[in-house]
Amino acid sequence: MPRHLRFRIGLVLAVIAVSVWYLYPLKSSINLGLDLQGGIHLMLGVEADRHVASQTDRAAEDLKSALERKGIAVKRIAREGNTAIKVELASPQSWNDSRTVVAEFSSFDRRDDDQAAGTFRLVMNDRRVSQLRDDAIRQGADQILIQLPGIQDAARAKALIGKTALLEFKLLDERTPIDQALAGHLPETSEVLFGREVDKQTKAERKIPYVVQRRALLTGAELTRAEVSADPNSMGNWQVAIEFTSTGTRIFGEVTEQNVGRRLAIILDGTVYSAPRINERIPGGRAVITGQFTVDDARDLAIVLRAGALPAPVVILEERTVGPSLGSDSIRQGLIAIAGSAIVVFVFMLVYYRLSGLVADIALGLNLLILFACMAAIRATLTLPGLAGIALTIGMAVDTNILIFERIREEMRVGKTPRAAIEAGFRRALRTIVDTHLTVMGTAVILLSFGTSSVKGFGVSLFIGLGASLFTAYFFTRLLFDLLYMGRRKVDAISI
Amino acid sequence: MIELFKNPNYDFIGKRKWAYIISIAITLIGLGSLVAKGGLRYDIDFTGGTLIQVRFEQPPQVAKIRASLGTIQLGESIIQQFGDPREYIIRLPLVAVGSEEISRRVQGALGAEASLGKFEIRRVEFVGPQVGRELQLQAVYLVLGGLIWIAIYLAFRFDLRGGVAAVIAVLHDVIVCLGALSLFNREFSLPVLAALLTIIGYSVNDTIVAYDRLRENRGRSMPKGRTFAQQMNDAVNQTLSRTILTSLTTFFSAAVLLFLGGKTLEDFAFVLFVGVITGTYSTTYVAAALVVDWTSHVEGRLRRGKKAVAKA
Repeated sequence: MPRHLRFRIGLVLAVIAVSVWYLYPLKSSINLGLDLQGGIHLMLGVEADRHVASQTDRAAEDLKSALERKGIAVKRIAREGNTAIKVELASPQSWNDSRTVVAEFSSFDRRDDDQAAGTFRLVMNDRRVSQLRDDAIRQGADQILIQLPGIQDAARAKALIGKTALLEFKLLDERTPIDQALAGHLPETSEVLFGREVDKQTKAERKIPYVVQRRALLTGAELTRAEVSADPNSMGNWQVAIEFTSTGTRIFGEVTEQNVGRRLAIILDGTVYSAPRINERIPGGRAVITGQFTVDDARDLAIVLRAGALPAPVVILEERTVGPSLGSDSIRQGLIAIAGSAIVVFVFMLVYYRLSGLVADIALGLNLLILFACMAAIRATLTLPGLAGIALTIGMAVDTNILIFERIREEMRVGKTPRAAIEAGFRRALRTIVDTHLTVMGTAVILLSFGTSSVKGFGVSLFIGLGASLFTAYFFTRLLFDLLYMGRRKVDAISI
Repeated sequence: MIELFKNPNYDFIGKRKWAYIISIAITLIGLGSLVAKGGLRYDIDFTGGTLIQVRFEQPPQVAKIRASLGTIQLGESIIQQFGDPREYIIRLPLVAVGSEEISRRVQGALGAEASLGKFEIRRVEFVGPQVGRELQLQAVYLVLGGLIWIAIYLAFRFDLRGGVAAVIAVLHDVIVCLGALSLFNREFSLPVLAALLTIIGYSVNDTIVAYDRLRENRGRSMPKGRTFAQQMNDAVNQTLSRTILTSLTTFFSAAVLLFLGGKTLEDFAFVLFVGVITGTYSTTYVAAALVVDWTSHVEGRLRRGKKAVAKA
């Protein structure tokens, strides 16, 4: 008996079982890309330099009023470039007085002093510039990708870009009674904010007052993700799940730990959306904004939270909108192409290699099964170039079998017995196969790590497909040959 | 048993001088076309701009589309039929107008021309100048990254000569594919880049099969007296039926994509189509041939060196 037969049968069956488990049910397991499903892909660029410039503007204004408070008249004060302020004093006499005022602006360096003319420049130091840029960019990249599969109304989604939504988390002040607070009797540190409730039947809007502490414990600036999901507690309503940055996660954990039993208001643009009670410390940095959102409201909110919480303005760098009818057309065409190339290959192998060709075809089927299951497992998105990558994988997987079969034929030609020929054929061919697969998988890795969008999708399916091909060649094809020819009975010929 | 070749013994390597001439000629034609046409025609993925795919209810007159778009001042638009006679693609150059405004204006202009009838905007792609530039750079980096990886892997698995010769072969294929794109007035888009990278993988795959065979033969006791060129020729012949079979299946796959894959996959499949042919050719006539000439050059120098020592 060949080595480890039981183990290999078990392994192959396990792989098949796991693959089927990941793929079931097919409709929800494979993630279709926007080009196949229809939807909107937006790449937003954060204009970090404009954030820096606006901070410089603010500093210039502050400086002007600080100088004027000291009785120093300013003739002209203006921003130069993004980071510099040019100051022209009304009279050079006040030069020395200005020095003390300027010294307070520690994030600026004083340059180009000209005492006689009464002019100087302030240049923001590099540390401050990079700090401001980081603030603006926040997520470590100056590009934000927003993908909205299935959405057709591009105008609506884009109209939201640039709008801001200020998300705040504030503790409720439960010591001050609401009627007292409404009458104006409340501590300095608290304020009254309202929540909205809409009656489903009458559509009447009711305002609910809350007394909250003024200080925001956490804001939307600490947000990394905002996603729409169905509200499990109330039928037909939607919610927005948010996730904080690592700093935000730490703060959120501390706040919830220190305030167990109190209520935390989730406030959006000054309106209280909900005020759940903190039952325990919440680690992990996740929260949910519920309200009586329709799916569109929730979607709008998620977009606004992601794009709008940024302190810097954003511009659309790239937009791809695919209508749903085009999406289904490309799926159909992609599938026809794949099916077409698969059929060509299947028939060819069967005619040329007979029973061995059938083995190769079954291996090819398993290859595709593993490929799709892996895509489902890692939640990879299947794009149009991804489909092309799969079609190509079929071609390359066949090469593996051809290499093996040609080698076995060759070994038989020099007079080896069938079993010895199979043994030698596999051993010799596999060395080549490993080499070819590793090289191409290497290029696929380059594609999937440095490529964007469609190139990446192509790289992912190519990489997984070749990995699956290596597995089927090594374990599955060999296993079928062993089962067919390596049993106790005598073998005179191989159908190859 | 169906067999394409029974113990093939063609003299491939012996005819390499002719092949060099052919390779250089094809490469020059490709490069010539690229130079004459002022470089590749890039898709909006790389140049930036807006692409709008519209499906009309009735096949429209292109002149009418052009006239209606002329009124909205978004620069010189390119209008192409796309597959179906009712389906058109409109390309607009980069302008200082936001993507939202562009699609609004185009929709308005097409709607104003009553003779065009009803239409549906099926796809809008807007690529800003920054993204376009980034993608151009990315394309170059990806190709270079792929080549460097191949050179390193092959130098490690075989030897430096093999690695360098394989990379030259791959570079040859890349130039041939780009030349073919230019000759046939096709555009360089993101899917084409993906196809080019696939061809790089495919071509080197072929080369490895031949190298592996040569190494295996040399590792075993080979009949004495066979020159390196003859050994390489044997390796190519021994892997010939595999090479032809694989090329044919891949070629058929690419052909199916080219003819059934629709307009979106057409350029992608075209590059594969060309690449499979040149990839198969370059294994023998660029990679293997170069290794043979390089080796005989080095061996010749060694011999001459020894003779010089003997005389002295």
